[in-house]
Amino acid sequence: MNKAEYAASHGLKRVGARPPFFSYLGEVWRRRVFAWTLSTYTSEAANARTRLGRWWLILLPTIQAGTYGLIFGLILGSNRPHNFLAFLFTGVFLFSFMSGAFQSGASSIVGNAGLVRSLSFPRILLPLSSVIQQFINLWAQLALLLVTLLITAFDFSNLTWQNPIDLDWALFPVVVLLMVMFCSGLAMIAARINSQARDLGKLIPFITRIAFYVSGVFFSLETVLAAWPTALAIFEFNPFYDFIQLSRGLLVAGYEPSAKLWLLCIGWAVIMPIIGSLYFWKAEEVYGRDD
Amino acid sequence: MTTNDQAVAAETRQPVVVVDGVDIIYKVYASGKRANKWNAGGSKQTLREVHAVKNVSFTVYQGETIGIIGTNGSGKSSLLRSVAGLTQPTNGAVYASARPVLLGVGAVLMPSLSGEKNIMLGGLAMGYSKKETAELAPAITEFAGLEEFIDLPMRTYSSGMSARLRFAIAASRNHDILIIDEALSVGDQQFRKRSEARMREMRDTAGTVFLVSHSIKSILDTCSRVIWLEKGVLKMDGDPLEVCKAYNRYTGVTSTED
Repeated sequence: MNKAEYAASHGLKRVGARPPFFSYLGEVWRRRVFAWTLSTYTSEAANARTRLGRWWLILLPTIQAGTYGLIFGLILGSNRPHNFLAFLFTGVFLFSFMSGAFQSGASSIVGNAGLVRSLSFPRILLPLSSVIQQFINLWAQLALLLVTLLITAFDFSNLTWQNPIDLDWALFPVVVLLMVMFCSGLAMIAARINSQARDLGKLIPFITRIAFYVSGVFFSLETVLAAWPTALAIFEFNPFYDFIQLSRGLLVAGYEPSAKLWLLCIGWAVIMPIIGSLYFWKAEEVYGRDD
Repeated sequence: MTTNDQAVAAETRQPVVVVDGVDIIYKVYASGKRANKWNAGGSKQTLREVHAVKNVSFTVYQGETIGIIGTNGSGKSSLLRSVAGLTQPTNGAVYASARPVLLGVGAVLMPSLSGEKNIMLGGLAMGYSKKETAELAPAITEFAGLEEFIDLPMRTYSSGMSARLRFAIAASRNHDILIIDEALSVGDQQFRKRSEARMREMRDTAGTVFLVSHSIKSILDTCSRVIWLEKGVLKMDGDPLEVCKAYNRYTGVTSTED
């Protein structure tokens, strides 16, 4: 009898063995409080050493929106898309959530080496926790966006709302949910790639920058690509663009949500977490090795 | 112990941890001057293999407290990290009756968070509920002797203080298998006594404890069996007094050679 058989005959299991996929997910669900607590603590700690502390949650997006509004408002001049401020803020805030999830997801394993090395828990909780942390930041941005939408939709000349709050607004939380699902998958994939090839970390700033320019954050893709319908059709598969544009359709006066955008967003929200969790789980045994 | 004795013992005693031919090889980039076709252009990076643990096998039975000794860099921590499932061995495997919990000096949880919050995170990661951890927190704080400082961020703690807190978190519950990696050597005399008492208590409640230490005294005080690793090879395994004597002779010899 060799050692493996001897161990098995006494009911011993291989240490650190990757559990089957569904029991892995079950374990993740049981430890969900850990992911949530880690993200709220990290979020607090991120601002703890600043003087303004928690106020940065709302200050940062305000400054961000102000800067973009000023710069792109001036550069684009008369080429500004319709209802520019509401258009821009929706784009900037949702994009910063998604790119934030990508960036912090990518560093979630590498950056929490202390936790990975000292405690055993399903590692996928780390990219998930980084998405939750971005979601906490998103709340402040959404509040700011709401204020902008209300102000820009108010017609000061005759004191009425141009675009009353309608059923579309009620559907916006659904889009946020789909976006969080998509970002979870994205964060898991980025986390594994970056932990096995740190090279990704070097490329992240460029990837985010390119994504920013091709996702119609501050300009209308439809207008720019009006002469090239094939290119537009390809760009419409960009998930960043899909979530931003669908949200505009629901929230911003003068834009309509199309069925195609809904389908694309639902597709991204279903496919990405499945691919992401399978891809991440495959390498569960090797995270935290100091090669 | 002869192989025959071992066979007899194996039949009657319940194994808790089986380490089966574990090899750990690290591939690291070292800056060296040797050039090859990849870095001939002036880059100084070369890939080196470090064979940290070489074909180590042993079986640990219920109720044993295992001391692990060896000079610095002999592969003790690497071996125990693979016993805890934190590093996959390059070859071989480790089998255990329960998930071993490792407690090491290098293990920093979240330095920017307070001791309190680290207790909460540690507890949750070990699988306890928020309520359970909150109930345990005062006892953990008291055991670590950190009542005054528990609301300060861990980055402000001395190495001894954070080692005490980590030990207290891990020792707050009885683990089936607990691995302590030099955690006690940083604590003061008072804490060392308290933690050694706690370790004996855990051993008595049918838990298995691994202890890595450079203090032969604390190994002799707490362990029922000692394993000596040298340059990644298992050099000796058996009665604490015998192994420690041989180890002392060995380190004595090498230091006179130096």
